[in-house]
Amino acid sequence: MARNPNRPLSPHLTVWKWGPHMLVSILHRVTGGALATVGAAAFVWWLAAAAASPEAYATFLHWATGWLGILVGIGLTWAFWQHTLSGLRHLVMDSGAGFELGRNKFWALMTLAGSLVLTALMWLWIVKGVH
Amino acid sequence: METETPMETPIARVRGLGSAREGAGHWWGERATSIAALVLYAWLVVSLFRLGRLDYATVREWLADPWAAVPMILLVIVTFRHLRDGLQVSIDDYVHDEGNRFFMLLLINFASAAGAALALFSVLRIALAAGAAVAGAPGH
Repeated sequence: MARNPNRPLSPHLTVWKWGPHMLVSILHRVTGGALATVGAAAFVWWLAAAAASPEAYATFLHWATGWLGILVGIGLTWAFWQHTLSGLRHLVMDSGAGFELGRNKFWALMTLAGSLVLTALMWLWIVKGVH
Repeated sequence: METETPMETPIARVRGLGSAREGAGHWWGERATSIAALVLYAWLVVSLFRLGRLDYATVREWLADPWAAVPMILLVIVTFRHLRDGLQVSIDDYVHDEGNRFFMLLLINFASAAGAALALFSVLRIALAAGAAVAGAPGH
């Protein structure tokens, strides 16, 4: 089926002025994409390894606690919190609330700040628990 | 004025140009799974913090408990439904070639079904193995 070029497309990133709301909106998709692929794969690996054998679980832990695993882990933790907070903001906006310019920008910035703080707190807790 | 007779039938001209009448259902599904995910991931985060460690024995013992296995099964179902719906929106928005779009949608459907099946099987394997061990233990 040929696409009709007269039909509207999703907004292109290049024609909009960047702002916190724009950044948070695209981050919602980027973090969602990362969680849906890398995050889901790591999650399934964790469960499948725990179900398989102590050896399989040891292999998982070996990768998860290596520098690559920690890097991916920190990235996924941030993606999780950013997507969660941004998702909460979207649920509020779905009700028709929070579209005033000032309020919209404020809560967009809050999701960015919140995800960084929660990621830092979580990894502080993990690091303290390890030692 | 003479108008050219179109080669296409009217149905061929409108096909694919209108609503598939499924958009609202997809939209609601994404919201419903996002709210369910909020509850279930709050449970998961609290549970993992309470466990404190994620070694083999701790995780096995935790998932052997129905109070952990059942929410985990729900979490897997909700997660894979939500990520399938979310990926579909991205593909619908950014993959403009019909052939590629069809292939990508097929891929995310297959991949999310496979991921969900493997995750569910894993949780059940741990939970049911523990149940079988209890049932088979002396004194029962």
